[in-house]
This record gives sequence, C-alpha cells and structure tokens, in this order.
Amino acid sequence: MTAEPNLLRALDYPLLQQCMHCGMCLPSCPTYAATKLERHSPRGRIALMRAIADGELEPAKPFAEEMYYCLGCLACTSACPAGVRYAELFETARAEIERRRLLDSPKRNLIRWSVVRVLFTRPRLLRLAGRLLWLWQAGGGQRLFRKLRLNRLLPRNLRRLEPQAPRACAKFSHQLIAPVEHPRTGRARRRVALLTGCVQDLVFSDINRATADVLLANGCEVHTPPVQPCCGSLHAHNGDLRSARELARRQLDLIDPFAFDAIISNAGGCGSHLRAYGHLLHDDARYAARAAEWSRKLRDIHEFLVGINFRKPAAPGGAPAQSEIENPKSKIENPKSEITLTYHESCHLCHGQKISAAPREVLRALPGARLVECAESSWCCGSAGIYNITQPETSAWLLRRKLGHLRATHAAVVATANPGCHIQLENGLRESGAPGVAVAHPVALLAKAYREEGAI
Amino acid sequence: MPSITDALIGRLGAANVLTEKEDILPYAFDGTAALRQPPLAVVFPRDAAQVALVIRLAREHRAPLVARGNGTGLSGGSVPVPGALVLCLAHMDKVLELDTKNLTLLAEAGAVTQDIYDRADAAGLFFPPDPGSMKISTIGGNVAENSGGLRGLKYGVTRDYVMGLEVVLADGSTCWLGGKCVKDVAGYNLRDLFIGSEGTLGVITKVLLKLLPRPAARRTLLATFAAMDAAAGTVSAIIAAKIIPCTLEFLDSKTIRCVEDFAHAGLPRDAGAILLIETDGHPAAVADEAAKIEALCAAHGATSVKRAADAAEAARLATARRSAFSALARLRPTTILEDVTVPRSELAGMVRAVQAIAGKHRLDIATFGHFGDGNLHPTILTDERDAGEMARVELAFADIVEAALARGGTITGEHGVGLAKKPYLRRQLGDDSHALLRAIKRTLDPDGLLNPGKILD
Ligand code: SF4
Ligand code: SF4
Repeated sequence: MTAEPNLLRALDYPLLQQCMHCGMCLPSCPTYAATKLERHSPRGRIALMRAIADGELEPAKPFAEEMYYCLGCLACTSACPAGVRYAELFETARAEIERRRLLDSPKRNLIRWSVVRVLFTRPRLLRLAGRLLWLWQAGGGQRLFRKLRLNRLLPRNLRRLEPQAPRACAKFSHQLIAPVEHPRTGRARRRVALLTGCVQDLVFSDINRATADVLLANGCEVHTPPVQPCCGSLHAHNGDLRSARELARRQLDLIDPFAFDAIISNAGGCGSHLRAYGHLLHDDARYAARAAEWSRKLRDIHEFLVGINFRKPAAPGGAPAQSEIENPKSKIENPKSEITLTYHESCHLCHGQKISAAPREVLRALPGARLVECAESSWCCGSAGIYNITQPETSAWLLRRKLGHLRATHAAVVATANPGCHIQLENGLRESGAPGVAVAHPVALLAKAYREEGAI
Repeated sequence: MPSITDALIGRLGAANVLTEKEDILPYAFDGTAALRQPPLAVVFPRDAAQVALVIRLAREHRAPLVARGNGTGLSGGSVPVPGALVLCLAHMDKVLELDTKNLTLLAEAGAVTQDIYDRADAAGLFFPPDPGSMKISTIGGNVAENSGGLRGLKYGVTRDYVMGLEVVLADGSTCWLGGKCVKDVAGYNLRDLFIGSEGTLGVITKVLLKLLPRPAARRTLLATFAAMDAAAGTVSAIIAAKIIPCTLEFLDSKTIRCVEDFAHAGLPRDAGAILLIETDGHPAAVADEAAKIEALCAAHGATSVKRAADAAEAARLATARRSAFSALARLRPTTILEDVTVPRSELAGMVRAVQAIAGKHRLDIATFGHFGDGNLHPTILTDERDAGEMARVELAFADIVEAALARGGTITGEHGVGLAKKPYLRRQLGDDSHALLRAIKRTLDPDGLLNPGKILD
C-alpha cells in the first residue's frame, strides 16, 4: 500500500454528511428493491463510506463487493431531495478499492488491464478490435465457432455473453462522417463538435451519421475529428480516475471548446461523464479553464435540439400538421397513428444528466408515431457498463423486469439513447421471443423522418 | 448456552441473521439526525411466529430488541441500543386482504404506506394518513409512532384508521386487538394502547386498516405571501369561515428555495411564505370551497393564488412539500427536525417565538409545517461536528419546547418521543401521568426487553 491517504478519508466530509439518512432514495434503488437489505441501498452504501472515513470500518473485500454490486445507475441522485452527490462518492469509493487492490484476482486483473488500460485508451486499437469482431461475425467465424461448440471452452461468464456480443458495423464513424461537414442549404448558424464515442463508433456508427445529419439539417457546421479518444467514463466508473483524467486531457487537446458553440454527445453514459470534465480537472492548472469551458458547452443531442428549437419534420408527402407540433398531446392521443413508440431512459441521461423531457420531445415530433409511456421507464435495464458481465444475476433480473414493462406497451419501437442499453435491450427482446420489436436511437428516427420528407 | 446469534442462526438460517460489520452498520440509525448506535445483529422474521421465537430467545439471553421497518423515523425510535438485536420487518411487506364490502385492508407490518394507498386507490378507495416519508415508510412503523401527515386537519392521523392489530408481547404471546366491527366495546380498548407505543410494549405484526371512499374531486391551490404573518392570518380566516380543507401546508422562504431547487415544481422562489391548500369531496362543494378560499387569500394579503392545472401538477406540488425536510439538508451538514404542535389559535405566536429563539441563539432555523392542525416543523440547520453550535442547538431546542408548552401545546405532534424528546416528556405530562406510563411499561415488559430507553428510562 502506498502512503497516499485513504481517498474516502481525504474526501470533503460534508459530501458524506450531506446524506441525512431519510430513506427517500430507497424505493428508487434497484439493488435495494431486489434484496431489501440496507447495505444494498444508497444510504447504506454512504453509511459504509462514512464509517470508513471515520476510521470505524476498514475498507475490505465485503465493502469492495458492495460497491461493485451498486449499478452506478444514479437513480438515487434523482430521488434524493438533499442533493447528495452520489456519483462522486461512488467513483471515489471504487478508486479507493482499486488503489488497495481489494478485489485482485488474476482473471479480473487481466480483464481490467486489457479493457480499461489498453483497449479503451487506444482508439485505433479499439477500432482494430472492432474490425476483427466484424470479420468474425460477417465472415462466418462466429457460426463455425458455435457449430463446433468451441464456445464451451470459454469461461462461463463469457460463454453466456458470446452470443450477445454486439454486431460490429461494417464502417466506423470516420468512414461515414467527414472531418468537417456543412449544411446543404444556407449558411451555418452554429459550429458544433460531434463526439463519436467508443462503443457507439464500433457498433452504432450509423447513429453517429444520423446525428451529423440531424445537426446539418438544423443549420449546424459539424466538426467530427476522425480519431477520438475514449471519454474516460468507463475508467472513472471503474475506479481508474488517473486514466480518466488523462483521457479528458487528450480530449481537450483534440477539441478546443472555445472554438465551438456546443460539443455534442449522443450517448447517455458518455455525456454524463463528459459533462463532469470541469470537476474532474478543476485542480489541474493547465487544463482547468479549458475543462470548465468544455463542461459549459457540452450538450446532449436531444437537449441541444430542443434548445435550438429544432425543425419538426413534415409527414412524408405532406406539410406538418401544425396543431400536432404546437400540441404534442394531440399526436399521442391520435388513434390513427401508424407506429407506437416507447422510450427507455438511459440511466446516465436521465439521472446523470437530468435529461428526460427532451428525448420525448424529439419522439413526439416524429410524424405518424405515437409515444406510449412505459412503467419504470427510468429504471436501469441491467446493462450498466460492464455490470451484465460482473453481476449476471441481478442484471438478468433487471432486464426481465424491463422487458415486461416494455412488452406491456405493445410498442413496435423502443427508443433509447445509449449504446449499452441499446445492445442490452436488443439482446433481451430477441432472446425473449419478441424479434418484431426494434430498438432505435431517437435521433436516428428523426434523421429517418427528415430523409423521408426529402430534406437530407 | 450458545450465543444469541448462533441460536438465532440455528432457528432462522444465516441469511436472516446479519452480524458482519458491513451488514449491520447501515442499521445503526433511522431518519433522525446525529443519533447512531450499531446493533449486535439484525434479524429478519417472516411472520408473527418467528417474531415470537426471536422474542423468546432474546428473553432467554436478556438481549434488548428494537423493532424496525424501513428506518424513516424522526425521533430515534428505531435507533438500536448497545447490544440490541434489530428486528427488521421489511420482508413482511404483503397486503393480505382488501375487503371492499367492509372497506378494510389487512397488511403485514412491513408493508409500505404508499403501496397501501395505491392498493386502496386502485379500488376507488382512500387511505388518508400520508406521512412525509410514505413512499418508503412501513405501516407498522406508522402505527407504532401514530404518524400524522399532510391531511391531519380534515382526516385525522394514523390512529383514526386502525381497526385492529396483531401484536407479539414481551412474553412471546400473540394478541389480536380489535377487528372489522365498527362498534366494539368488548373489554379495554387495548388496541389504542399499542398505537403510538413506539415498539416499547410489543411488536406489531399485522394491521387492519379502515378505508374511505375516494373523494370524487380534489383541487389544489398555491397561495403566495410576502410575509409569514399574512399567511398565518389567512389560515385563521379560512378556519373561521368554517372551511376545513384537506391540507393547509405552510413553507417559509428558506424552505421554499430548497424545495424548489430539488423538485422544480414551480414554487415562487422569492416569496416570503406560501400556503399549499387542498380541498376534496363532492365536486360542487370543492368548487365552492376553492372559490371561497381564493377570495379569503386575496383579502388577507396573498400576492397571488394559483390553481393546479391538473392532477399531475397537484401531485407535483404535494411531492415537493413532502420533500421539504430532506431538501433543507442542502443548506447545512446537519438538519434537526422538530415537531412541536400548538392549538391552532396559537400558531402565529409560536412561529414568531421560533424566529426569536433562532435570533437569540444565533442559529439558522427554517420553518414549515401543517398550519391547519397547528403542527410546526422548525428545522435547525447546523453541523454536528461543531460542538459550540450544537450546545446552542440544545438550548434552542429546550426554548422551543418551553414556548410550545406555555401555549398549551405538545412536545411532539407526530414523530413520537423516542430518544429525541425523552428529556421533555415528564415536563409535559406531569409526575403522575409520567408514572402511569412507567407502570404500564413495567407491567407489559417487566424485563425491559422491548426498545428499552425509548419514551422513558
Ligand atoms: S441519499 Fe439522499 S435520499 Fe437517500 S437517505 Fe441520503 S439524503 Fe436521503
Ligand atoms: S447508483 Fe443505482 S444501484 Fe447504486 S445506490 Fe444509487 S440507485 Fe442504488
């Protein structure tokens, strides 16, 4: 152990004191709902952190396991009237756990090293891995592998996941989006930078393309650097704050926030972390000012679109029904609508970034679509970063619960704005025998609507 | 003899008996500020028979026992005592029966208040008691503390809706008290003895509740005032006009700002005070009352009166109000909530007294509360690590209690005595009444096994 002070003890104590243990967060916490045990609740976890800060409890394996049983979904932060900054507490606790190497095992170390330290810090290498995955899937290797039942050679957790591995895209973002694109008509009214993400780039580069299209259709000049570093959220959530800071600096070197009107993220999980750069680097003399400006300019795509009063697409072959735009309710209740949509909120979009209304506004603007709310729409789907690998049982329980609510809406399309949720829901729907239900990003649907009216 | 924890594990299984530090530290507190005591172990019974079993074992081993639901109490009622077993009823959370013929609902003690409300609501019925923490508080805890809520003025408190109880006594016997009969005078009314007994006389395991038909209409009004006095005057005027709204809630300027920061419910951040008023009942009566209340507000200095547009907005305002206590925690590290209650006519004087006490002791005190029933929540904003300030908090606390008693009030309107109010109970009750409480406690729990040191020593 190094001489570095205990990170929880070094924390600003009022951060821990802020929790007045009222319990108002308990009904929103999935792990508490699953167990009804206080240690699996937000206030229980905070109590343990405080006991560590007070020197009453030694940080040991049970605490470490507890903090990795937490989904990091941040539902507690939306429920907490006292304004407890759980995200900060959670990241600090995990960083302390990693610093003390409380969960070390050869297998975990290998996975962590290869994923957190190697793959997700080197965008080119990550793309190479994505390319190999694509070749594997498209070239029949995967089929052959399964046919020969070679998957039995994989460790149990990975064997379960192998068929769930997302389908890599044939083309990545930089092959679909030019470094600078201008609106087709008229002068650009805004200059924005578009962040392409890691998983988003490998698996959903089409969503990145759609995001660029939607921005262009709304008068933005779109800058998309072809090789972008990972935002560092994976690292921060998994106790590697040092890498997270390093990646944030690289991002700031690549994109100068002072040069843009807004910096756009279209993935809930990344956005939530990207917004926190100001805080992450607040004590970095060289980067603090730039990071603060970055945080000020960072926008989730839906938030940005609503903020600039985005153009509502017209129904194909007809003008937009004016009343529907002014009064979104009339559209929801319009029984003649063709497709039914429902919206699953990514945790880090609604709880991390507190953006709930804007994506729904985008969905309600779609011609011929009816938005039906689903119960517990802001509950975690169980994807939660790599939670479905580390905690398969709780993850599966959450997914089943989610699928039940989604099915109850009879929606043909589930809209969601985070790649982790997207993959989790697609897999879940397919495996539960609901292959007819599609999962789509709200902005991809908007881009499609623009295309159908002939604007892009 | 094996240790009590080994004995419990032998009978209930290891999964239902927690002893590891990481497991039990989160049971060291409830919703009360600055009170903390880790227990010896936490036990999860599944029914009354298991509760009785735990009580018998605890008796054999002379281990104190503290019953707990979801730990939202505000007087330290479920904070463990040293060496205690926490008997957590959170897993006994089922609604067992909804009887629409007799308008009753039978639930296990660990059922969450909100679930009971929702079950009744889905059947067109209404369970009025709505303590601030109802979305997670348990009905057993509500009964043990005789909790109030926002609707006390018109609908009364938890006690008014309890028709029957199943309770396990300190000797391990299980009693049913009360039943579905509206009229029932067979023997002493012991059911009422257990309501509000704070787990010191027995452990409540089932509750039979009375339901009402759901009011056909509701209307919520938000009246804004420049100063507290005008709001208090308006409340007196509404009552004097023989109108009994379902809720009549007051928030001062500090509380308004904190609540709005959390809830974004559209509260006026610059107001000196607001009243949140709800009337319910027959649609025509509701419309009539709402109009009269609006006129009375305007006549007594309201700067604006707003009607909630729909049920969703009304619910948002009620939720915002329910978050007041927790939202105040945004301002200072420690938030100490009071619940002195005075006769309604004394309310304005009491609010002024609290302001004077805050000035005298150089403390930050925000006030909100149920103006309709005289139940105030002066909330002291402080830092438990500042010994000097905490000493002043103690003095202010005592002054507030004195001011309430001098006005014919009570030291606690709805949170219970627990640990927090224990020093003041004798002062309110007088020696003889206090001795009577003690005699009852001794009779039912001669060994001092159940929640010892709460209410009285
Ligand atoms: S995290 Fe917030 S809501 Fe939860 S117990 Fe603490 S203060 Fe209350
Ligand atoms: S982040 Fe999610 S799982 Fe973790 S404590 Fe908060 S609500 Fe519970």
